[in-house]
Formats: sequence, C-alpha cells, structure tokens
Amino acid sequence: MKMLKKNDLILVGIILLLCIGFFAYRKMTEAPGSRVEVMMNGKLYDTLTLQEDTVYTVKGDNGSYNTFKITDGVVDMIDASCPDKLCVNQAGIHHNHETIVCLPNKVILEVVGAEEGEVDIIAN
Amino acid sequence: MEKKKINRITTYGLLVALAFILSYIENLIPIPVPIPGIKLGMANLVVITALYSLGIKEALSLSILRIILVSFTYGSPSTMLFSLAGGLLSWGIMALFKNGKLFSFVGVSILGGIFHNVGQILTAVFVVENINIVYYLPFLLISGVFTGALIGILGAMILKRLKHLYQ
Repeated sequence: MKMLKKNDLILVGIILLLCIGFFAYRKMTEAPGSRVEVMMNGKLYDTLTLQEDTVYTVKGDNGSYNTFKITDGVVDMIDASCPDKLCVNQAGIHHNHETIVCLPNKVILEVVGAEEGEVDIIAN
Repeated sequence: MEKKKINRITTYGLLVALAFILSYIENLIPIPVPIPGIKLGMANLVVITALYSLGIKEALSLSILRIILVSFTYGSPSTMLFSLAGGLLSWGIMALFKNGKLFSFVGVSILGGIFHNVGQILTAVFVVENINIVYYLPFLLISGVFTGALIGILGAMILKRLKHLYQ
C-alpha cells in the first residue's frame, strides 16, 4: 500500500489554498464594528453598543447563562454555564462579523455595524 | 463456522471498547485551540482501520455504537447530535472513496477528518440558526486536514501489522 498519492497532495493543496483565500479576504474586508448582537435560539435577544463598557448576562430558559463584558470596544465572554467553556476560552472580538458561539446554550455574540463604527470614529 | 462467529464477536467487542477508551483519553486532553469542534478524533483511528480490515457496514456499526456509548457517558443529547452528524458524514465519504483509486489510505483519512468537521458545522448552523458560524469552517478544514493525516499515518501502520489477522 502506497503511503501517499499525488491526489492526496492535490486535495490538501486545494483545501489549504481555499482557507488562505478566505483568511486573506477576511483580513482585507475587516473593519471595527460598532454594536454587538446577542442571539439566542436563533432570535435576536439584545443589541448593545460597543462604545460603552459594560458587563451583561444572557439568561436562558433552563437556568443557563452567558456573561460577557465590553471593554474598549472589545466583546469577551467571561463566564458561562456550558460544560465545555469554549466560548469563555475564545479570544475577545471587535471586528465586523466576528462571532463568539456557545453551542450548548445556543448563544451567539456577533459584532455588527462596521460602517456606522467608522462614521463614529470620524465624528469623534 | 462456530469459531468464526466467536472470532467476529470478540473482534467487534474489542474494537468498540478500543474506540470508547480512545474517546475517553481524548476527553482528558485539553485542546489548546478555543474553537468549537476541533478535536484529534482518535476514535476515528478505530473506524478507519475497521473500514479497511472488516468492511464498510462493520465500520458504520462500530462508529454508531461508539458515539451512542460516549454520548451517554460523557456528553449530552446535543453532543450526540453533533457526533452523529460528523461521524456519519465522515464514514460515508470514507466508504465512498475507499475502493476508488483516487486517494491513498492517508488521503481517505484526511477526507474523513475534513467531512467530520463539515458535518458538525452544518449541524451547528441548524442548531443555532445562524449562517455566520460557517466562518469557523476554514479553521475546522485545516484542523481536519492535519488530524486526518495524523490518524491516517497511524492507521496505515496499524493495518500493516494487523494484515495477517484478517487476510
């Protein structure tokens, strides 16, 4: 049994190129957002501005919770009731369309409103 | 005939136990990447080895049995859903390319790793009802390539040593 075929390398190459392309595209289009949308079970739960520093807790129906903070326009999950704590371990977000996902609690934080963010910066 | 049957039963029991233990060990190892779904997939070592040594159907029952056992022991109904989606898609793709001449064993394992993650993220899109989380896909694809390759190389070594048992 041959260990590697040419097609294996082509497959890996295509996947890596796709990913590099995606990362490059994100890098070029990224802009600081102005708001964070809190989604739960696919519905909008609340929207907060990134301009004000705050600590906020999302409470689920069955006693679940996710607590995040906003400091200097960066959203970061600081506590959650989920077992894996992946959302807490994830780094803070502040660019448009960046998300922090908590799958067990079905909670998503998404930074939005890049254009308005820029306007605000100009206005300031 | 009787001996052959006993042989099969013990082999299955052994492999299910092995896959279960590998999942347990994997649960003990913290993953340094805080992205949901990134895993080494050590249990896939058993599934892909079974796929090549025992057969396609045998690998499927092993995979499903392991997922049910592991989910009931360490997970929750939601982790079972993600594991099943990833496990079934990965198995299907690997079974599809197994007999083809297109990819080597390692290549098939890489495909398995990639599609395991694709299956999980598609499930996640439906669970949280937000398409934007496909942004995680590139990270998961890259991780699938690396873990798939690693599992493939290990699996090839195991198959080489097990050859005399099933041929």
